[in-house]
Amino acid sequence: MSPRSHRNLGTPLPLVPTPPPLILSLSKDASGRAGFLRLPRWNLTLPSPWKLVVGIVLAWGCWVTARRFWLGLGAVTHLSDRMPWGLWVGFDVLCGVALAAGGFSVMAMVHLFGFERLRPIVPATVLTAFLGYVLVSVGLLYDLGRPYNMWHVFIMHNPRSVMFEVAWCVILYLSVLAIEFSALVMERFRWTRALEMLGRITVPLVIAGALLSTLHQSSLGTLFLIVPGKLYTLWYSPYLPLMFFFSALAVGFAMVIFESYLSAFAFGRSLERGIIRELAHILLVTVLFYLGIKLQDLFARGALGALFVPRMETWCFWLEVALLAVPAAMLLDERLRADEHATFLSATLVVLGVIVNRLNVSIVGTYAYSGASYMPSFEELSVSVFLTTLGVLAFGFAVRFLGIFEGHDNGDGPTPALQKPAEAA
Amino acid sequence: MTLESTRTATGAPAPVGLLIDATRCIGCGECARACRAEHGLAGELTPDLSASAYTVVREKEGQFVRRLCMHCIDPTCVSVCPVAALRRLPGGQVVYDADACMGCRYCIFACPFDVPRYDWEKPFPVVAKCDLCHRRTSRGHQTACSFVCPMGATVSGPRGALLEEARTRIRNDPGRYVDHIFGETEAGGTAVLILSGVPFDLAGINTAVSKQPLPETTWRVLEKLPYVVLNGGIFLGGLAWIIRRRMQFQRHPELAEDLPVEPAPPKGEKP
Repeated sequence: MSPRSHRNLGTPLPLVPTPPPLILSLSKDASGRAGFLRLPRWNLTLPSPWKLVVGIVLAWGCWVTARRFWLGLGAVTHLSDRMPWGLWVGFDVLCGVALAAGGFSVMAMVHLFGFERLRPIVPATVLTAFLGYVLVSVGLLYDLGRPYNMWHVFIMHNPRSVMFEVAWCVILYLSVLAIEFSALVMERFRWTRALEMLGRITVPLVIAGALLSTLHQSSLGTLFLIVPGKLYTLWYSPYLPLMFFFSALAVGFAMVIFESYLSAFAFGRSLERGIIRELAHILLVTVLFYLGIKLQDLFARGALGALFVPRMETWCFWLEVALLAVPAAMLLDERLRADEHATFLSATLVVLGVIVNRLNVSIVGTYAYSGASYMPSFEELSVSVFLTTLGVLAFGFAVRFLGIFEGHDNGDGPTPALQKPAEAA
Repeated sequence: MTLESTRTATGAPAPVGLLIDATRCIGCGECARACRAEHGLAGELTPDLSASAYTVVREKEGQFVRRLCMHCIDPTCVSVCPVAALRRLPGGQVVYDADACMGCRYCIFACPFDVPRYDWEKPFPVVAKCDLCHRRTSRGHQTACSFVCPMGATVSGPRGALLEEARTRIRNDPGRYVDHIFGETEAGGTAVLILSGVPFDLAGINTAVSKQPLPETTWRVLEKLPYVVLNGGIFLGGLAWIIRRRMQFQRHPELAEDLPVEPAPPKGEKP
């Protein structure tokens, strides 16, 4: 790491120390022509069958979108008065927010706690978080019955409502993320003065992001405290806010590993082994901590017996716990922790575990009370897949346009196993 | 038995309520029809609550009992609504404002009595539930359902007086009633009170409802959040300050010269 010229103690470090080389030359391109804002060629290196699948998903998604807004929720979802919240709340919102939690935690570790080794993944993490929250907002438009009244939270206040608090925190955090994301755009165009100004507010901005995230990540759990009689005993706990917060923390790191590994594949670049190893440690600690809270909670409420009642909820709970305990056990092994493939596998399991947890709390946990047999409709599923696909495509586009992965190299050289053979074309 | 003195509120904002005596109900359904007329509800009269039926009469164990919004004194739906589309009027009526609603359906999810309904077939639906005929009751009139009830099974009046009346009925005829007034303490107390001749859980009423007002469950957490922000901000800011200062000193040892303890420059690193 090069020495920095900041002598003044009060001057925070710039958001990213060395501006990455631009993927687009602002002066001249390869052919010698002066080129300004020439978009990079769209080559996401997807094999063509995948392009076909993506095309079908997008076209079908647009069709379902039209149907949802033209005909209403009843026409495309299996929601009912007994199950007013379904997949769009459980996955698009609850999982979306949790999976984007890496944004605040990695930013805090780098900019507040001095984990300098994680600095190279900051741009990709900020991008993921920003896109994640944008997708959550879009997903909310689908789920809200009267989405055109969404702005009412600005003028109609109800401070007793958890939903009101979540809405405000998400809006404010989305603004924080937009500012952090704008730094990537500034770097792309080398707006150094703007970057410098942004660098001055980095620390307060990151603190605000961490606080807002703490509030709304936990408050998504608080949402379910209002239904003590409806949520099954394995999940209803006064510690739901804490559990939602710590599982979001864990899954945030898991997502960073997951996406670094896949990006290495998709963009044919080298994997930062050192960073993955560092993240594997952090992931292990957070997952163990979360599992610890879960166990303590069951013990404190005297609900341990419910773990062995043969019913559907029990299996779903065990699935969720296993999807966290297995990766934790894997990461406890030093050799597996040093292996990026095993680390990727455990990160994937943690991601699945937290997804199952959110679906359990929001859907499975209320099955017994509601007496309704809700299974998401094909249209509900396709909207979730549609939005996720849009997110992945936007990520791929932004990575290329902003040169997210170009500014740093770990010096390890390309990871042979992850090299795509036909990259040269 | 007369309730003339309490049947109409006096215009003063004494909280109004309903007393539903299931032992008197003959299941004629006049209340449900009057309700639909009062609120101009189209569509069929469904067997259970729906967007086109704010109240229904259901038969359980040979007894007819009405189902409708209980109008909690501390309503869960009012507390959860992010845009305050649900409000509790001074007279105790819990009412809904469709123009404010953004359709998050948290009220439907959270209601301990599972009352609010949604018109799922509409592109931009509204929440449907009994409003205790607030246009009538806020002017001192009865609700439509109590007005038409031929048996006096539903009567409206100030909640306090109705509670007295319910206690009197149970005391005077203990064999006729289960010794419990549903709504006296359920969810912290409701404006609608129900008397039954068969055990309430058999009468199709959820007796597992919490006796505490449910908004407290979330408020216990929400009220702590300002302290989380304050203490968290100080903690994160302070920690960042300490750590980043130390990192600066490590990088530029000359800056730390005036400090009492001189930190050793890290080995192998040249400025």
